[in-house]
Amino acid sequence: MFRTKKGQLLAQILWGLFLFTLFFFLLSNMFANFKVQQLSFGYSFLQEEAGFEIGDSLWSYSASDSYLKALWTGIGNTLKIAFIGNIGALILGLFLSICLLVPHKLLQFLSESFLQVIRNIPLLLQLFVWYALISELLPPIRQSWEFLPNVFLNKRGLYLPWFDGSLPVLKGLNFQGGAHLSPELLALCLGLIIYTSVFMAEIIKAGVLSVEKGQWEAGHSLGFSYAQTLRLIIFPQSLRVIIPPLTSQFMNLTKNSSLAVAIGYPDFVSIVNTSLNQTGRAVELIFLLMLTYLFLNLCISWIMNYFYRRVLKWNL
Amino acid sequence: MELINKNRQKRKKLFSLFVSFLLISFLGLLGFFILKSLWLGTWTGEAQTCRTSGGFCFSFLREKWRYILFGSYPDSLLWRPILFIFSVILGIFFSFFRFFWKKALIFYYWIFLVLFSPLFLWGIGGEKVEISLWGGLPLTLFLSFVGIGLSYPLGIFLALMRRDGPFLLKYSSIFLIELVRGVPLISLLFMASVMAPFFFPTGMEINKTLRALGAIVIFSAAYMAEVIRGGLNAVTQGQREAAHSLGFGYWKMNFLIVLPQALKIVIPPTVNTAISLFKDTSLVIIIALLDLMSTAKLAVSDPLWLGMSFESYVFVALIYFAFSFSFSQLSKKVERSLS
Amino acid sequence: MTKPLILIDQVFKWYGETLVIKGVSFNLEKGQKAVICGPSGSGKSTLIRLINQLELYQKGNIWVEGILVHPDVVSSQQLCQKVGMVFQQFNLFPHLSVLENLMLAPCWIKKYPRPQAKELAFFYLKKVQLEAFAYKYPNQLSGGQKQRVAIARSLCMSPEIMLFDEPTSALDPEMVKEVLDCLLELAQEGMSMICVTHEMGLAKEMADIVAFMDEGVILEMSKPQDFFYSPKHARLQTFLEQVL
Repeated sequence: MFRTKKGQLLAQILWGLFLFTLFFFLLSNMFANFKVQQLSFGYSFLQEEAGFEIGDSLWSYSASDSYLKALWTGIGNTLKIAFIGNIGALILGLFLSICLLVPHKLLQFLSESFLQVIRNIPLLLQLFVWYALISELLPPIRQSWEFLPNVFLNKRGLYLPWFDGSLPVLKGLNFQGGAHLSPELLALCLGLIIYTSVFMAEIIKAGVLSVEKGQWEAGHSLGFSYAQTLRLIIFPQSLRVIIPPLTSQFMNLTKNSSLAVAIGYPDFVSIVNTSLNQTGRAVELIFLLMLTYLFLNLCISWIMNYFYRRVLKWNL
Repeated sequence: MELINKNRQKRKKLFSLFVSFLLISFLGLLGFFILKSLWLGTWTGEAQTCRTSGGFCFSFLREKWRYILFGSYPDSLLWRPILFIFSVILGIFFSFFRFFWKKALIFYYWIFLVLFSPLFLWGIGGEKVEISLWGGLPLTLFLSFVGIGLSYPLGIFLALMRRDGPFLLKYSSIFLIELVRGVPLISLLFMASVMAPFFFPTGMEINKTLRALGAIVIFSAAYMAEVIRGGLNAVTQGQREAAHSLGFGYWKMNFLIVLPQALKIVIPPTVNTAISLFKDTSLVIIIALLDLMSTAKLAVSDPLWLGMSFESYVFVALIYFAFSFSFSQLSKKVERSLS
Repeated sequence: MTKPLILIDQVFKWYGETLVIKGVSFNLEKGQKAVICGPSGSGKSTLIRLINQLELYQKGNIWVEGILVHPDVVSSQQLCQKVGMVFQQFNLFPHLSVLENLMLAPCWIKKYPRPQAKELAFFYLKKVQLEAFAYKYPNQLSGGQKQRVAIARSLCMSPEIMLFDEPTSALDPEMVKEVLDCLLELAQEGMSMICVTHEMGLAKEMADIVAFMDEGVILEMSKPQDFFYSPKHARLQTFLEQVL
């Protein structure tokens, strides 16, 4: 990049100096501002009592628990969304991609149109729409819509039987027992799943189409149907092209789960936001926030890389 | 053998017809529902009439369209944002015609939209309007165009550093790109709105909109950098060797020979990234900036017009869709003509 | 004694752990033409790429008209203005017209004003008989035409010496002749040239020196008559039997 070794060295030294001065400048400003506002840098505040409730949590949590526990609860919720969302999006994406690939013109056309509509509208707007639909159009709790045995849908969310055997039963103003998905969680999952599935469907479709035509011809000449060829011959080969961009989508969904803060679902970002407003510890908390997401993305990337290496070993 | 085949064919045809039947009935229902809403839609009158009629409430839009589109921009000076929006639409329109694919178009986009528009919205032709009063569609377009426009050169620089830079520059670039790509945009917006003031000299204040713009520029630059890097890798090494042997140094080689080819190769993913960023600007609602999404949501919170969220969202969805879809069609057109 | 134009002195080059150029020494006087041949992988392309710094060597020295080509100094612009190179894959710039391909370097590196660069470009286009193609783009040209444009492009920088890296190997047989004729004409005008090629006819007609390289070493280097009609080295004899 630079003509001589001296030039390279000089450029790096200058850049290093620049970074150093920048950090120094920023940090000194930070400490000066801390002094003025009588704050300090430190994570000891995490032990203090949080003082706010969290509507949804994987484990028990109350307002008297520490900030640290509150943050962990938030991470738990984010993981919950990421888990449900990614699996749901993948399934729906697979289904959509089949719709795009089968030789049925009307189906393909409608699927493409659906794709275009979902792709071109911001995710946040879609989340708001879902939330509005759920909170305005669903019946009140007393007139819940039981669309499957023991599964109820109403303004306050989705109630369904849980693995520990309990069934939701309406007692007075509320359901007891069973599992409950709040309207915020429902809206978030629906929105995320549908939005991300569209991108995944495109990726899967592109991957399938990238397999050379000869493979289709070989399948046909062996007597396989379209569906069989797709499933047994084409799809395994398409994984090589599909997995990297699909990994990106998994990470995107995980990052997009942060939009929960706009709907009022207490995910990690939401709880960081509340804690931030209460304690004013912006620097420490946002630092934690970014670290957590980086770590989550690293995990996803590692897991997918493991699969990818296995797929590559199929000696294509 | 023949019989089995014929049966298979029959079954396939039946299934296909069944699917068609399902889809058409679904479309029919959808169409019916839409037509019913429009037919019963109220154009005049207030919220009461809307609620009783059960159709699409156009009077809500009649009342609120100005707020949704422009936020709290002073009425007397509305000609500015209107002109701004119009010039954007004009630019997009012209881009569809091959005739206009000249250097002047890039000039138009860049100079007018990126540099001129803030001045336009802010100062010319009348009194100055505080950035905090900008809202609605102009704010969304401002954040998108200026954000993406400024991020492009930064992205080029980051990509070159990552690919060819000496150790320190290379790893600084990698660090920044991977950090920014690994975190949600919300966290960067939070950083800009809540954390950044801590890092400014005591007493210095930079407008929140500008800070959010900075976050968007950095976010966009990281994604653009990766797309551009793909383009740089796609240019054959022979091009660089030929440039070298003619005596071109690194920078001239890249700007005259490599980048023109690389950037052209990656136009589709670049436009895709730009469209995503355009949609992502809607996130500024979370740090209380009044873009198109926020005004749509706020318009509904008016106690007189509760329950009209559907109308508001549909209106805004159509606007987003219009811009986003045009851009993706434009990109497909460019892609087709380049191959 | 005049200083040689190119002086390669005991040069060694490693690719990682593998030694690919093993102590090669080679001189070229001004006005001389050299042809280097040999089996694939012998290092002949690598050798000439060391001259204009497309590759870097680790040991030894290379001088071009008195300028030391030093591994620590990357892409000395002075150096590349003296040495022109024509590639096997042509490497024309696809986003520019033929004329612009020729004008780019004189304008941006030698800072010629555009009209002057244009005149220069047309002069060399005439020379390779392609002036009718001035405003066409590389993808509209045949292989032979592309290579001739590549030659003209290098000539526009008025180099002291031209390096050719298998200039006809990527061409269909019908087009080889037009490029070879171009090379011969250049040779007759007195341009110093080093040509890596399989075209023995070229060596016989225009070369002052022919060198045989195998496994990173120059095994034999002599005048064409001696090279082709009384080869000394056994491997060269085998090679000639296979090629001719």
